[in-house]
Amino acid sequence: MVEMEKQVLTPVNENKPQRATNFKWRNIFRGDNRALWTILALIIILLVDRMVSPTFFTVRMVNGRLTGSLINTLDGAAPIMLLSIGMTLVIATKGVDLSVGAVMAICAAVSAVLINRHEAGSDNILYYPGFVIAIAILVGALCGLWNGILVALFDIQPIIATLILMVAGRGIAQMITDGQSPTYTDETLAYMGQGTIFGMPFPVYVAAIALVVVYLLVRRTALGLLIESVGINAKASHYTGVNATVIKLFVYIISGICAAIAGLIVAGENTYADPHTAGLWSELDAIVAVVIGGTLLSGGRFSLVLSALGALIIQSLRIGLYISDLHPNANLVVKAIVILLVLLLQSKEFKQAVGRLFKPVLKLRAVFK
Amino acid sequence: MSTNEQPALLEVRGLTKTFTATPALSEVDFTLYPGEVHAVLGENGAGKSTLIKVITGVYKRDAGTIRLNGKLIEPRSPGHAQELGISAVYQEINLIPTLSVAENLYVGRQPRFLGMVSMQLMNKKARKLLKTFNIDIDVTRDLSSYSIAIQQIVAIVRGVDLSAKILILDEPTSSLDRHEVETLFSVIRSLEEHGIGILLITHFLDQVYEISDRITVLRNGRKVGEHLTKELPRAKLISEMLGREFTETLGKRSNQITNGDSKHDTFLDIKGFAKRGMIEPFDLEIKKGEIVGLAGLLGSGRTEMGHLVFGINRSEKGEAFVESKKVKISSPRKAIRYGFGLCPEDRKVEGLIADLTIRENIILALQAKLGWYRHIPYKRQEQYADEMIEALHIVTTDAEKPVRELSGGNQQKVILARWLVSNPELLILDEPTRGIDVGAHAEIINIIKRLAKEGKALMVISSELAEVVDYSDRVVVLRDRKKLTELTGDEISEDAIMQAIAEK
Repeated sequence: MVEMEKQVLTPVNENKPQRATNFKWRNIFRGDNRALWTILALIIILLVDRMVSPTFFTVRMVNGRLTGSLINTLDGAAPIMLLSIGMTLVIATKGVDLSVGAVMAICAAVSAVLINRHEAGSDNILYYPGFVIAIAILVGALCGLWNGILVALFDIQPIIATLILMVAGRGIAQMITDGQSPTYTDETLAYMGQGTIFGMPFPVYVAAIALVVVYLLVRRTALGLLIESVGINAKASHYTGVNATVIKLFVYIISGICAAIAGLIVAGENTYADPHTAGLWSELDAIVAVVIGGTLLSGGRFSLVLSALGALIIQSLRIGLYISDLHPNANLVVKAIVILLVLLLQSKEFKQAVGRLFKPVLKLRAVFK
Repeated sequence: MSTNEQPALLEVRGLTKTFTATPALSEVDFTLYPGEVHAVLGENGAGKSTLIKVITGVYKRDAGTIRLNGKLIEPRSPGHAQELGISAVYQEINLIPTLSVAENLYVGRQPRFLGMVSMQLMNKKARKLLKTFNIDIDVTRDLSSYSIAIQQIVAIVRGVDLSAKILILDEPTSSLDRHEVETLFSVIRSLEEHGIGILLITHFLDQVYEISDRITVLRNGRKVGEHLTKELPRAKLISEMLGREFTETLGKRSNQITNGDSKHDTFLDIKGFAKRGMIEPFDLEIKKGEIVGLAGLLGSGRTEMGHLVFGINRSEKGEAFVESKKVKISSPRKAIRYGFGLCPEDRKVEGLIADLTIRENIILALQAKLGWYRHIPYKRQEQYADEMIEALHIVTTDAEKPVRELSGGNQQKVILARWLVSNPELLILDEPTRGIDVGAHAEIINIIKRLAKEGKALMVISSELAEVVDYSDRVVVLRDRKKLTELTGDEISEDAIMQAIAEK
């Protein structure tokens, strides 16, 4: 297990390569090993899932499509993962984007309404599937721009600024669909949610590609550094000439684009857009994924890869609860408790307290040696 | 009005308070008589705010006694101190802006009529109470609709009405204009007549001489003197605050670069920059290769001048020329584009990005200047960091340490390094040597001199007079947010600076 963790750790800790090489078991209760604890939490939850359902890790090929709980987990995690990518950048600037769920609904609605016109026989090139997808993503970017303008230019607190769109967004989506939940049959759009490549669901590729693209975008340019700098100390960054306005606009736009793609996936899965339920509460899943991934809500240092793992943790937990015999009413409570445990595992203070509890045991062991 | 025959209202003896090894107050005595205004003066870190926090029970003292009317007291909290009769009014007003003036005066103790809160009765009492201080305002209006001065007066009146015997005023006039100060002072004078003892903390020397009866000077946590205001010449007060004697031998200049002559080109020329409430209009010219020192007491407008030049605060009037070209300095980003850099006074809050590594902190200004898409290659970043660590003798194991783990002096060097890497033409240094150890202190001064030799323009703000005299080619003297004068070449000495500050 140690070997495996080391391998996973290396790409994760992009800024501190020395951590992976200096890894020591006895340091587990000390210091800041967020990456390790996040991975450990994921492994434990997957193992528990395996205990609940013996076939959890079984993957079979059915009709050219990989099936099994593990694949379902990855597939289902894709939208949360997409949201958490954007959310990570937003949170790193000391912000938060509550509107992503509503933006998903808006973009799903836009795609369904436009493609319906295509299906109704319109020749307008804008209603072709490729353009519909592009337009939906553009709408997501505009939603992000709106949030960004409120936060960066008008200096409204992010939680309030994005709450506006969170509340209004579902209303906007309903206006777009005229209060309906339009269904469609277009294969290209359905492919967004249902397609497979080499048996693997398409959304998994989308999430993975988004992760790589955004990772390269922030780490191969100076964006990542500037985002962290603004999140850690906005005043000092301002005095150093960092253009916080542009940085903030950027992160909210990325978050909007991620939400748009997540919306397209969710709509594609069902081939309809429900303005009421599409992406409902998923902003909270995304925030929790980011926090589990070790990015502090107070901004600063962030890791996209760990946030993605956080999304996986949430989804494997959800699937586990789904396949377990637990009464559905208990699901939310169990979910909350597990998330609390994961966060406690990451808390330095909690680990120190646990470490103190075990001190007498360690002393005894020393005596017997 | 205050005589020593009267029994003291407040007697503080041998007060000592230590935070993590360094004493903030050691064996401080302080005596306040009824009906007097007693000013406590001192520079940053002198212990003024610690003193009032101990008296009002915010901090627990380590040693010493506090007597109120001859009786030993043990204030446990600001609330407890208030019960005992000690009220404090701070710069930030602790009232509720959306309540009316009357409600603010009586919140928590509204007058009742037949068991019900009576607005009428409350408003009547409030009007009467304010009348005793010659303040006639509509007490039913929201507090926030009044000026800061009135809000402050309401806070004071509330404090006094809560049976205060002692009133502590911490920088009450710092955001008031001249007229408002007058109003406030008239209230303070009427409080004196009521026999209330007032402890005043302020940076405005003119106001100290206008209103106070007695002055206690603190420096580095010790009491250095207690005087009747009318018997203390300004020059003596300033030398006590700064800890320097007027002597001929002190203040010899070692800096002989003296580029202050006309053959050097002007880098920055500022005409009539000003901002209301911050600094009065000033002209400032800085040549390439010249070190301009800004001297003045705390709150004299030194930092504000730096902020205006760097665009942190926008000047309301005047114009600026960089190398004879007119420029608009509307933000730090703009200033940086014109080739400015600023090492701020408060390193932790305004300078460091604490969680970033030394390397990242060092390249940040350059990277911000280049923009996000022109990423400095990692190898080049390492080079910059290593070069700077070596050149400035930054003590660290490697460049990948979070900068917050460094000592104060090394942190200061990292901020200096950040600007050196971005190669500015003008560097503004605000208190570059404060709170750092002796070794780093000397090194930073050497760096300042070296930069000037390389042809950079430097503007250095410092409360260390000896230091300013040592490296400056020209010294700008400020007092009460106003540029008083400039000293050039041989005119520069500690005495001359202190005299300039003291002059009426």
